[in-house]
Order: sequence, then structure tokens, then C-alpha cells
Amino acid sequence: MPEQPLSAPLDIGFDYTRSVGPVLGRFMTALAQRRVLGVRGSDGRVHVPPVEYDPGTAEPLDELVDVAAEGTVVSWSWTADPLPGQPVQRPFAWALIRLDGADTALLHAVDTGGEPTSVRSGQRVRIRWADEPVGHIRDIAYFVPVTDPPADAAPTAPAPPAATSPEPGTGDDTASVDTVITPVHLNYTHSASLEESRYLRALADGRLLGQRCPACGKVYIPPRGACPTCGVPTTDEVELPDTGIVTTFCIVNVPFLGQRIKPPYVGAYILLDGADIPFLHLVLGCEVSEVRMGMRVRAAWKPRDEWSTTLENIAHFEPTGEADAPYASYAHHL
Amino acid sequence: MAKQRAAVLGTGQTHHRSKRTDVSMPGLLREAVDRAMVDADVGWSDIDAVVVGKAPDLFEGVMMPELFLADALGANGKPLLRVHTAGSVGGSTALVAASLVQSGVHRRVLTVAFEKQSESNAMWALSIRVPFTMPVGAGAGGYFAPHVRSYLRRSGAPEHVGAVVAAKDRRNGALNPHAHLRQSDITVDSVRASQMLWDPIRYDETCPSSDGACAMVIGDERAGDDSPAPAWIHATAMRTEPTTFAGRDQVNPQAGKDAATELWRQAGITDPLSQVDTAEIYVPFSWFEPMWLENLGFAADGEGWKLTEAGETALTGRLPVNPSGGVLSSNPIGASGMLRFSEAAKQVMGRAGDYQVDGARTALGHAYGGGSQYFSMWLVGAVKPT
Ligand SMILES: [Zn+2]
Repeated sequence: MPEQPLSAPLDIGFDYTRSVGPVLGRFMTALAQRRVLGVRGSDGRVHVPPVEYDPGTAEPLDELVDVAAEGTVVSWSWTADPLPGQPVQRPFAWALIRLDGADTALLHAVDTGGEPTSVRSGQRVRIRWADEPVGHIRDIAYFVPVTDPPADAAPTAPAPPAATSPEPGTGDDTASVDTVITPVHLNYTHSASLEESRYLRALADGRLLGQRCPACGKVYIPPRGACPTCGVPTTDEVELPDTGIVTTFCIVNVPFLGQRIKPPYVGAYILLDGADIPFLHLVLGCEVSEVRMGMRVRAAWKPRDEWSTTLENIAHFEPTGEADAPYASYAHHL
Repeated sequence: MAKQRAAVLGTGQTHHRSKRTDVSMPGLLREAVDRAMVDADVGWSDIDAVVVGKAPDLFEGVMMPELFLADALGANGKPLLRVHTAGSVGGSTALVAASLVQSGVHRRVLTVAFEKQSESNAMWALSIRVPFTMPVGAGAGGYFAPHVRSYLRRSGAPEHVGAVVAAKDRRNGALNPHAHLRQSDITVDSVRASQMLWDPIRYDETCPSSDGACAMVIGDERAGDDSPAPAWIHATAMRTEPTTFAGRDQVNPQAGKDAATELWRQAGITDPLSQVDTAEIYVPFSWFEPMWLENLGFAADGEGWKLTEAGETALTGRLPVNPSGGVLSSNPIGASGMLRFSEAAKQVMGRAGDYQVDGARTALGHAYGGGSQYFSMWLVGAVKPT
């Protein structure tokens, strides 16, 4: 079997906040009161959900009007396997629904008890409200057919984070929704290139593997498979020592969300002996104030039984105590 | 191939703040757009196309925001383009808009750039830990601080020059009613006393995190002739290079030097320091003022800090740099580049208010982005180019 590239999960997520502005703010506020508002456009049409600016004239809109909690399915699509977080957690229809009193359609879920033959265009549906509305589109839990709704309540995804209002918790129903929270989670599979995978597998054996460009002779670590300057493939592998110098560095004193290393720490560009490009790593083993440009350093490896296919096998770099490299020897690496 | 003449007809921007929770994202853009259209004295029917720019989508967590912004930007039924070149995007967005006029395709183009940093966390978004790597990333400050250290070593600049830049830009910002930070009392000593965040970059030498937007209307020669005080576009340039390659000059990147060389060539400028009246340069961390003065050719290599130290970049100096307060006073990232371009335009239009540079006839707008990979710049003038 040919050599396979390494892959690993890359999962990121953040609870984004959305300041909704005056028009959607009133829409969200009304949802918390189990009412649906549309906005009247310049041509008299009522948009649900409301739009802040007229699609035809681009003028700001502010005439909000009540529409019904019941309407007609304009079109739909069946979802046989709902994803986590989707409003209905059994097979359901995504539908464009024109509420009575509206001229545009709202996209939402229709629950038919998991039965695909029970949804059709032209069907009359009505809102099933969430038990505890918070001022969010998910206050509409889902829609059900007006005729023969499912006998049981649909399983639903966990409630969204509560919206914030300028005066939270006052119980004042004139308090308008200001901001909603929108969690976003992305789950990638990150794959290394074949060349980077060879370098990572060598790291798992405690070796540092680079590649030399056949045209310019520069040694890259990690290897890239092609020289960024010459544009030619690189195949010539070079094993590098675990010693080198600090070209330049910064001392990170600032804590931040998602930080993996406790500040203060030195993030340094390490140029291995024989390499032509530095990489970022940690420098420990001396006071942060003693780290210098040109300082000679050696890798401090983690215990062998902790090694895997990552540069983290090197816990940090530490001073060797040798004389600093002269500035002229690395000035062209800055 | 000759370009058609083009001019900035009007500019507009928001009042930049750390949080603009009073407006939606479309509402934030419209605040800038409405002001630019009033300034340019145009209505929606005068606009032929819209060009929008913003920084990476992870910064607000909205994929392709240009689609949901079309209504607010009056773009329905018109060409709508989105530009993306990281932090330089506000500048390159303006250049794409200008090129649509310079090519003769459109008569008037609306361009707008924005960022709503409060809806996310840029430090987090810039420090995503990719598998197999060392988690040493520490946002933009952590990225640029080692290169600032390299500049200090290479140029021998005295340590206080960074604080001179920060104090100057924040004091200039105090003259600008739209600026996020308005610190008329800041001093070189108070900057030097502020916390060291990413050594050698201090807290007061760092840009703020802002919500804001900037817009401009760019018109063709006839529109410029009809405008009472247009800013004529004399030259434009964009250049790009990879983030890393062996021997890359991270302090004085080749792409920036090449873009500047092309800009001065187009405008017939042979001595930028004498022939340019003021410059709005993208300086998110104080030391980038002397670094870019050299990269742009206003000073020889290693000499940029001498202009700063001598006060030549202050409002009353030989080349006032960032009279508006610059990125150090307001940083809605996606808009920051366009703010530099529009503030340059405002200077030659004579509309810069309390931070107007006396007699400004020729002004530079500059932006950079990514790991100093993207450079975009324009030179605008009060007089129509010949
Ligand atoms: Zn090569």
C-alpha cells in the first residue's frame, strides 16, 4: 500500500454574538411574546422574516405588522437524517412557509411525526411554540399540519443560548432583544501533505527530517514538497540536528482565549543548523529576559514514550551555553 | 494601456467603538454608506456597482456576508463583488472599485468595508491551533513582535521611538470625531509605562479592537469634473508574496517595496518625502511606522525611525503620517485599510476637519495584511492627473 498522509481532527467553535438591530430586534422581541411580525416594504408587500432594508429601493424599513401563526407550505424538502442541532430530531421537512398576512416565505421545520407522505405543497401548517420562548427564531419550535397533526411532540434540539436585552430580567415586555448568541462549530479533518507526513513520522522516531531544493539548494523544515521560490518539486531528504539558534523572538505576556501555554513564555524562531528557514517554538531553561537573538539552543525532547507524529515531541528549546552566533550569520533569516 | 481617470467623489465612516450593539451588521455598513453618498451627492440610481470587503469570515462567523448584505447595499440588480486580502482588504477593495471605473466599465461605484470585531474574538480566530504544530501562535501581536525585534536590531533604533509613534497617533485620534480611542493626554512616557504585551510591543503601542465601517463613492472623469472637491486617483498598486520562504525579508518585504516603486513610477514621483504632503499608513503596532516609511521609500533602509524621532511625521512635520489617528486609534480590521485610503482622500479634498494638513495636495493611502504578504496603496491628489 502506498504511503498515506496523516490526518487529525480539527474542531473549532465559538459562540458568536449578533446585535440584531432595530427591525430584527422587534421581530425577536415579539417571538418571545409568541407573536410573529413582518415588515411592510416600499411596495406594500409584507416580508416575514422582516428585512431591515427594502430589497427594491434599499430604503430602511420600520413599519412592523402582525401576521398569523398559521400559513401555507410553498415548497419543501425531506430530511431523513436530522443533524445535531436541527430543530426537529426525527425525520422532518424543511419548508418555505408563507404565513397568513405575509407575502414572502419563512424557512422552518415541519414535523409530521416522521412521516414523509404527510407533507405537501399547499398544506396548511401552524406554529408549535417552544415551551419557554427567549427571543430567538427557535421560539418557533417547528410547524405542524393544521389537519391531523402528529399525536406526540417532536424531539427537539437543546434550546439556543438566551438572547440578551438592554435590561435583562426586568420582566418588562417592552424590553427589546438587542443581541442573540449564535454558536458555530466546525469539524474538519486536517490532512498533512505526504512530505509533511514523512517529517512527522520521522519526529515520532526522534528525527528531524527536511528537504533540499534541487535548484537553489535551500533546506526546508518542515518540508513542503515544492520550493516556494523556485517552484520545483523537492525530493532530496536531509536529516537535521536538534541544535540551532534563535533568530528572533517575542515574549508573550498576554493571556487569551484558547491559549495552550501559560504566559509569560518566549515564542522564538528556531533556525536548526543546516536549515535555511526557521520555525516557531518555545524557549525555556533560562529567564525570559536572558533569551537573545543569535542564542545557541538545543531541543529538549519529551520522554520517548510520549512521542507521536508532532513537533510537540520537542517540549521546548533550551540554551546550550555556547557563544552566540554572530549577527551577520543569520541577518538574512530575519 | 491607458487607464480612464477616476476620482473619489465622497467618503463616509461610522463612529468606531469597541461594541456597536445598537446596530446590526447591515446597519453598521449603511451608516458609512449613507454618509459617503451624502458626501458624494449621489442617490442609489447613480450607483452602477458595489464592491464590499471584509477580513476573514471567522472574525464574525458569517460565511459570504456579501449575500445577506445585498439589500442594505442597494446591490440588488447590480454587480456585487467581495474582495478578501486579510487586513489589507479595505485598501484592495477600494482598488478593485477604482479599477471598475478606470477600465471604463462603470461610471460610479460604491465601495464599503467593515468589521464587527465585538461579535467574535480576533485573537482566538488568529490563533487556531492546527494539528501536528506547536501551539505557540499568539494572535497578530505574537506574529509581528519578533519581526519588530528584528527591525530594532537591524536599524539600531532607540527603544522610545515606538512610543513616539503611539503618542502621536493617539493624540491625532483625539482630533478625529470618528476615532475609537481619543487620548489627548497620552505621552511618550505614559506609553512606555504601559504593560508589555508581546515584548517588544507594549499595550499602548497596539491597535484597539473596533466595530466600524468605511465607504466611498468612486466616479469617472465626468463625475469628478462635476464634483466640487474630488480626490483624483493618481496611481494605484497591489503586490503579494508568500508568508514564508527561505531568505524572506520579514521586516522590509519585497512585495511592499515593489508596490511602492510601481506607485511612484505611475505618479511620476521621484522624491516621495518631498513630493507627498501626507500619508495614511497601516500601522497596527507602533513600530510599523518607521518600518513602512523605509519599505515605501520615504526613508533609506534603517533610517525611518529618524524621521519619526525628529517629529517629521507629526501633524506639523514634513510628512504628517496618520493625521486621522490611524489604525492605532481605530481598528475595525476589514475597514482599516479603506479608512487609510479615504482619510488620504479627505486630506486632498480639504475635508479632514481638525486634523487637516495645511495645503495637502497629494496624499498616500496604504494597507497591508496577512503576514505582511498583501500590500495595496494609492496616491490621490487635489489636481486632475495629466
Ligand atoms: Zn529552490
